Amino acid sequence: MERQETAEARDRAGAASTGVVDDAPEGARSETVASTPAGVEGDVRSVVSGALPEGEEAEIELRGVSKLFQSRRRETLALTDINLGIRKEEFVTLVGQSGCGKTTMLRILAGLIQPTTGEVRIKDRPLWRGNTRDEQALRQLGLVFQDANLFPWYSVEDNIGLPLQLRGVDKKQRRRRAHELGELVGLQGFEKSLPRELSGGMRQRVAIARALSYDPEILLMDEPFGALDAMTRDKMNMELQRIAGATKATVVLVTHSISEAVFLADRVVLLSARPGRIRSITPVKWSRPRQLEVTAEPGFQDTVVDLRHQLIEDEERLARQGQGVSE
Amino acid sequence: MRKLIPWISTIASIVVLVIIWKLVIALFDVSPFVLPQPEDVVGGVRDLASENTFWSDVRVTLVETLVGFGIALVLGIGLGTLLGRVAWLEQAMRPVIVASQVVPKVALIPLFIIWFGFGITSKIIIVAMIAFFPMLLNTILGVRSVEEGHRDVMRSLNATRWQTFRRLEYPSTLPYILAGMEVGIIFAVIGAIVGEYLGGDQGLGYQIVTSLNNLEAERLFAVIFCLTLFGFILYLAVVALKRFLIPWHASADTTQASA
Repeated sequence: MERQETAEARDRAGAASTGVVDDAPEGARSETVASTPAGVEGDVRSVVSGALPEGEEAEIELRGVSKLFQSRRRETLALTDINLGIRKEEFVTLVGQSGCGKTTMLRILAGLIQPTTGEVRIKDRPLWRGNTRDEQALRQLGLVFQDANLFPWYSVEDNIGLPLQLRGVDKKQRRRRAHELGELVGLQGFEKSLPRELSGGMRQRVAIARALSYDPEILLMDEPFGALDAMTRDKMNMELQRIAGATKATVVLVTHSISEAVFLADRVVLLSARPGRIRSITPVKWSRPRQLEVTAEPGFQDTVVDLRHQLIEDEERLARQGQGVSE
Repeated sequence: MRKLIPWISTIASIVVLVIIWKLVIALFDVSPFVLPQPEDVVGGVRDLASENTFWSDVRVTLVETLVGFGIALVLGIGLGTLLGRVAWLEQAMRPVIVASQVVPKVALIPLFIIWFGFGITSKIIIVAMIAFFPMLLNTILGVRSVEEGHRDVMRSLNATRWQTFRRLEYPSTLPYILAGMEVGIIFAVIGAIVGEYLGGDQGLGYQIVTSLNNLEAERLFAVIFCLTLFGFILYLAVVALKRFLIPWHASADTTQASA
């Protein structure tokens, strides 16, 4: 019910986003690294456009996307005026404080939520046509959630093969593919196990393998390792880099860990809350895949600290505005 | 070794029970009309098993239980699925469901006997009514408890309605339905027996009444023993079904207590 939209809501969200566009400086259309000095706090409505420069082709594109959630009691503008282009094989991380709409943004990318305004394009095809999703575009997307969301009634290999099963691929081929992917994500010997026999990290490996089973070119991950302990998490991040490299996937990953975001990403997109907007986009210069030593490089910690400052500023701004006021 | 523990404990508790039983009789000088000796009860069971009428009574009670339970199963799962999916209908029906739950259904049995006679029909209806509620409530719960995250997976894979039902909703609901069946089958046996001894001329419940009227404590105990065995076998059948249908579920796993 909550996700249902009315034409009225659409109009209102549209108005809200145009309002923001008016405030944004023209120059913000091109990719910029926001460097709002701590002193200029009045400029809270600044918004960064992440649209790629003219002529560059985007693998994933969000154009003027906004999302208004409506419930009986209140309306929440979760996202407004999101413009973002992501290049092929790029690794982009989304960070922001909780409630900033980063998960909403990922779910919009995944086609699980329809944006109130704006357009999502996957490989230059619109994801939505009216109220139905474009099958071709959807096939390019592999999804990994915070919970592995494995089906407990299927073995590891059947879980990995589920997407293929839904597409009518025969059992023998599914097995072969599950085996291949099991090898890729480090699950050899566990093909016949049930999900409940696996550790959290192993389950997440299965979830990644499942997302990769039909060879999507884009991997969307919502805090995939958020529920894991720190050690497993570091290890999984290394594995993820390897997997992303091996599959040449474009990755969009939501996380609340800034250092994780910087470590993994080509670009870190920082969202500010209420309503969710792109506050800054920070390129990270080291080539991928990276070794843990990168975190000790000069510049790495600076980037992390800078982003953390931006988050703190955002939190302070919200505190001043008073909680619960969305617009 | 671990697998042996339940067997050992079962035998041990039977031995302890028999010892206490015999002690009570010896210490308080209990009359055999009140509490017969265990070995006499065993003899009573042997006598019962050799009677032809006993086996026809077993058959009658079995038919009542199974047919009534079958009806409860079909109606409970059917209506439960509907109410679990259609929120407003469940809301509208809630007062009726709560009211019919609160009514002590055993108290309705005499009424059903007046309406449907002393024969097998009234017992089947009683069984169906009593076993229906655990089936209904568990099915509603099961249909509702399909995880949102799992739905997201199916949605992101653009699964059809049928695929979502077949691969997600059906297997998610099954453990709840089977839990309902575990309770339901026991309720069904109770319904059949109480129905029989409140108004009937055949069945194991009727055997209880006649043994009581003839003050045959031995036979009464023997019938109770047979009834326990009867309920136990039906319950085991449900558990076996559970192991067969949801071997992946923690509740069907005997090798470990918790996952």
